Amino acid sequence: MMISLYPKREFKFPIIAECINPEIFAGKKPEEIAELNVWEGNKQKTLGELFKIEETQKTNPSEGGAITIKGDVSKVKRIGAGMESGEITIFGNVGMHLGEEMKGGKITVHGNVGGWAGSMMKGGTIEIHGNAGSYLGAPYRGSTEGIHGGKIIVHGNVGNDVGNHMKKGVIKIYGNAGQFVGFHMHKGTIYVQGNCGDRAGACMKDGTIIVGGFIESVMPTFTIDSLKKRVKVEEGEVVETSFYLFLGDLTENGQGKLYVSKEKNPHLSHYERFLK
Amino acid sequence: MELLIRNGFVYDPINDIDGEKMDIAVKDGKIVKKVNGRKARKIDASGMIVMPGGVDIHSHIAGGKVNSGRLLRPEDHFRDYEPKTSITRSGVGYSIPSTFTTGYRYARMGYTTVMDPAMPPLEAKHTHEEFNDTPIIDKASYPLLGDWWFVLEYLREGKIEECARHVAWMITSTKGYAIKLVNPGGLEAWGFGHNVASLDDQVPYFCITPREIIRGLCKVNKLLNLPHTIHVHTNNLGKPGNYTTALETMKCVEDLADEGKPAIHITHCQFSAFKGDDWRTLESGAEDIANYVNAHSHLTMDMGQIIFTDTTTMTADGPFQFNLYQLSGNKWTNHDVETETSSGIVPFHYRRKSYVHAVQWSIGLELALLIKDPWKIFLTTDHPNAGPFIAYPKIIAWLMSKKAREKTMKKIHPRARSRSLLPSIDRELSFYEIAIMTRAGQAKALGLKTKGHLGVGADADIAIYNFNPETTDPSKKYKALRRAFKRTAYTIKDGVVVVKNGEVVKNAKGATIWLDVKTSEQVKVTEEMKRRFKEYWTVEYENYPVTEHYLEVSRPIVVKADV
Repeated sequence: MMISLYPKREFKFPIIAECINPEIFAGKKPEEIAELNVWEGNKQKTLGELFKIEETQKTNPSEGGAITIKGDVSKVKRIGAGMESGEITIFGNVGMHLGEEMKGGKITVHGNVGGWAGSMMKGGTIEIHGNAGSYLGAPYRGSTEGIHGGKIIVHGNVGNDVGNHMKKGVIKIYGNAGQFVGFHMHKGTIYVQGNCGDRAGACMKDGTIIVGGFIESVMPTFTIDSLKKRVKVEEGEVVETSFYLFLGDLTENGQGKLYVSKEKNPHLSHYERFLK
Repeated sequence: MELLIRNGFVYDPINDIDGEKMDIAVKDGKIVKKVNGRKARKIDASGMIVMPGGVDIHSHIAGGKVNSGRLLRPEDHFRDYEPKTSITRSGVGYSIPSTFTTGYRYARMGYTTVMDPAMPPLEAKHTHEEFNDTPIIDKASYPLLGDWWFVLEYLREGKIEECARHVAWMITSTKGYAIKLVNPGGLEAWGFGHNVASLDDQVPYFCITPREIIRGLCKVNKLLNLPHTIHVHTNNLGKPGNYTTALETMKCVEDLADEGKPAIHITHCQFSAFKGDDWRTLESGAEDIANYVNAHSHLTMDMGQIIFTDTTTMTADGPFQFNLYQLSGNKWTNHDVETETSSGIVPFHYRRKSYVHAVQWSIGLELALLIKDPWKIFLTTDHPNAGPFIAYPKIIAWLMSKKAREKTMKKIHPRARSRSLLPSIDRELSFYEIAIMTRAGQAKALGLKTKGHLGVGADADIAIYNFNPETTDPSKKYKALRRAFKRTAYTIKDGVVVVKNGEVVKNAKGATIWLDVKTSEQVKVTEEMKRRFKEYWTVEYENYPVTEHYLEVSRPIVVKADV
């Protein structure tokens, strides 16, 4: 079964719709789905009041439920929160907390995404073909519950604080990233193909950050370890250029690995004298 | 307005009523003998439990520290929020709820009087501002006086009467209710980066020991005829082996007690009942403490029961909070409140699978079950230090049902389980005993004459729980018990129904209770005192006292002192 949602109008107020989740939709008729509760601003509404809901036959029924959203849902928060299986595809921009605490399944977005996508996730995949906001894969402010697994792929740019407190999993960014990539990271891998803002890996304890583009400076609490010819991002993906390998963050007695492209960062060549 | 509550099973320990089926009449916010049966609004409480409104002797619900905790923990609000209704305001917070939510949640559990136990005098205005915004419940606060420079100096010089007059002035000008001591001497030492390790350690620069402070303020408390005893958070709190310090603290005021009357309240005793040399050899000291308490009558205490959850610890005990930060590595704050006290906050997660936390959980329940007289030990979680107050129904279930205890026991750390005394304790408390531990005993210890009972003339603060003690056995149906105590069928505050079927139906204002201590001779505000205010405090003497118009609903209790 496959459900398509079309926003009925342009949303003015924030909408909290954690009910847009393949498991919650499973086994329900479109009329029943239309009765699910959502918050629009401080008013409780039903999903049917905000979206046109259509049922379309799914070609491959073995994969579990699927949801397609067509239209701008940039005011809608918590889509796919806590989902464990199934698939959500969104053609348009999406709001904050997409796939929060998700444990499995897949979310694909053909558009831009707000902050906190994949926050506190434990498994599954989020693929974003546009840009993502700040706090991608990061916990809510103040919390230390970073992502415990899963994979996030962004084909565009992302904001600040990617992968805060990350404990496991992979985040791949094929565009540029803002400041504080992998802040307080414990384990896992973050790959930034483009340029990266300052303070990458601040307070990291362990894990890997790979910067394929320009980075203005490496934090003084990192020490250079060696030059590497290639770096493995994950199974089946290897980056073949030379990298400086820095270790840190020493203020936390960290063992984290920060790889920075040699070719794109000639201003860091002065570190090479410490390698002799 | 008249109200008649009919046919409930009434538990009113102060008036020796144990589950008797009877009617309670209410008129103009007070309990009366009878009302006009035709005119009065009737509430059918048949098959339900009727108790006086709950009284909480120790719960951090307002003030500078609580608010810092709110700022420190946005993730605590994110998890738990309540939307606004046509009657109530919205609010957030699990372990440190916002003021409005605090009032609503207490009222939903049938609690109507709550004491905030730690008010630095300098933050008194802030505390009272938050009290004004805490609806429904009556509240009061204990100013922290155990490390206040003036007190330390008077006591060092042995000037008990001058000290008493000064304390009276402090309590009245901060609009406080009792004398609170936190790690006496230790907080002043913490200002210099030290702590005190025993009752006879000297406080740097003051040449005074914790023993002298405790005894001195205990005498002051007696001279002033304050309704509550001194409220003591012991030295060495939260350190293995500290049960000896707790016992010594209790012993040190033995001779100051009047016949049969308590002279000291040891608060959140669970944190002061650790046996063992370090965290690995930690054991329960509950049995030793319970044996002492069973043999003496000069003290009361409260549990400080651990709940396995993510909570926020906050005390005025700065050095303890610093140790906790070093243990946990969590984010933290620590604060030196000028010449008065210190404070600290550390978020903390109590886990079943941690040996230490599981032992702590066991200690709290052992204390409550091994101390035979429920008038001596009260139910608290030291909210939010050992767990949020919304967990009280869970603790009631553990105390009333061995089955509930065993169920939790199965999930805790195996070594802690094998060392716990709980499997050997068969005691299951009755509703009468629970009524003592959650309202009557606490009201009596606080000296609140119109609270905690349903006798004629008492405030009409009443909680009605939908649980039939005749047909349902609480020790077997502990889940139903928990549900019933989580949300009352009715909560009545000052004769008005404020909660019905677990929902707040009226947004009433609660009063702020404070002591107006009348001394025969007014404390003289000398030029010397003003000079010191200028020199040592950021607040001028003129701006220091809290005036009565600062309290929205002020309920002073006049106390005549012997000095």
